Amino acid sequence: MLAIAANDGVVRARQVARTLAQQCRLSLVEQTKLVTAASELARNTLVYGGGGTMTASLVDERGRRGVRLVFADQGPGIPDVDLALTDGWTSGSGMGLGLSGSKRLVDDFVLESAPGRGTTVTITKWGR
Amino acid sequence: MVAGGEGTTRLVELLTVRGEDLGADWADRVSRSLGGRVSRSEVQRELGELYTALLTALQTGSLDAHGEAFGEVRALLSELSRSRARQGFTPSETALSLFSLKEVLEPVLTGEDGGDVRAYLAFTKLVDDLGLFTIEAYSRTREELIGAQAEQLLELSTPVVKLWDGVIGVPLVGTLDSARTMVVMEKMLQALVDTGSEQAVIDITGVPAVDTEVAQHLLKTVVAARLMGAECTISGIRPQIAQTIVALGIDFGDIVTKATLADALRHALRASGVTFTRPGGSAGAR
Repeated sequence: MLAIAANDGVVRARQVARTLAQQCRLSLVEQTKLVTAASELARNTLVYGGGGTMTASLVDERGRRGVRLVFADQGPGIPDVDLALTDGWTSGSGMGLGLSGSKRLVDDFVLESAPGRGTTVTITKWGR
Repeated sequence: MVAGGEGTTRLVELLTVRGEDLGADWADRVSRSLGGRVSRSEVQRELGELYTALLTALQTGSLDAHGEAFGEVRALLSELSRSRARQGFTPSETALSLFSLKEVLEPVLTGEDGGDVRAYLAFTKLVDDLGLFTIEAYSRTREELIGAQAEQLLELSTPVVKLWDGVIGVPLVGTLDSARTMVVMEKMLQALVDTGSEQAVIDITGVPAVDTEVAQHLLKTVVAARLMGAECTISGIRPQIAQTIVALGIDFGDIVTKATLADALRHALRASGVTFTRPGGSAGAR
């Protein structure tokens, strides 16, 4: 469990993601994809969620090993999840590719959010 | 908080009667705990001042470490912690300098009446408070040091180099956040003016991951350079970075990107009208 309260939280989230990806023996491309997704989601947690946490773990399911990262915040939440997952749409000043791009960078992507109840994003990258 | 009055009077008595001896004993202990990394005379000077200030504060009858009477003591402690932090001592070693004062006082306690015990307990409470203050001052200094180092890194890691006449290079290493991009952009734009260059190559071989924020910063830098009439090439796009950028869906538009710095340099030179010939007289390289 890692607190994301400032920019250094985003940096540490990336480092944790990279360490776990290496432990899981992901290829360099897969590692980079996971680290990039972690970077995007950690920054979202910080910028749009007003800070939160990342919980990282190695998971074993049906003979596959993977890295699971859970980003949670108690921020304002996302009113329209479909819209938020649209390429190019942003409620801030970013490129609007963070959420949708992260989804493409990982194998499993689960977004739970409701206005006023915060946002939780769970991503998993499986080893080959 | 133990009330002042009788307790402090007894303390001042205890600390004054054998002041010289106690002070010297204290300096000995501290000097030993620091393993000779600070000279004995230096320790004696620091602690001597502290001892005097502590006595003066106690004479006012106060035992409140955060009170007005202990202002001088706190100032000296801040200074002590600062110098210890800068010299690389651990927080324990720093706080121990103060805590060992308790041990020094132990032998002079007669233990004949309850007054000594009460005075000693009040004193330990005071020393503990001052010890905590020392640690706070210590960590503040460390944080300042770390902050200063981060700023230095910011400057260090963004050199702008001249690659050729009219071509400058900006090798980026590490994480690109907003603060660093600002420094990079400023330096690069200034270098374009200073050297009269029309070509710039930003090399991101040393950037471990390119996310949307980094990409956005890069795009802004390129646009700024264009506004000044210079052309920017981004080099050092490794296979894993290329695949990540595609998956993220980032569009670099008409910005020229290359895999290696060599490719980017060749491109920049061609664009500025340099032709390549081999010594043998054959046509240009590739």
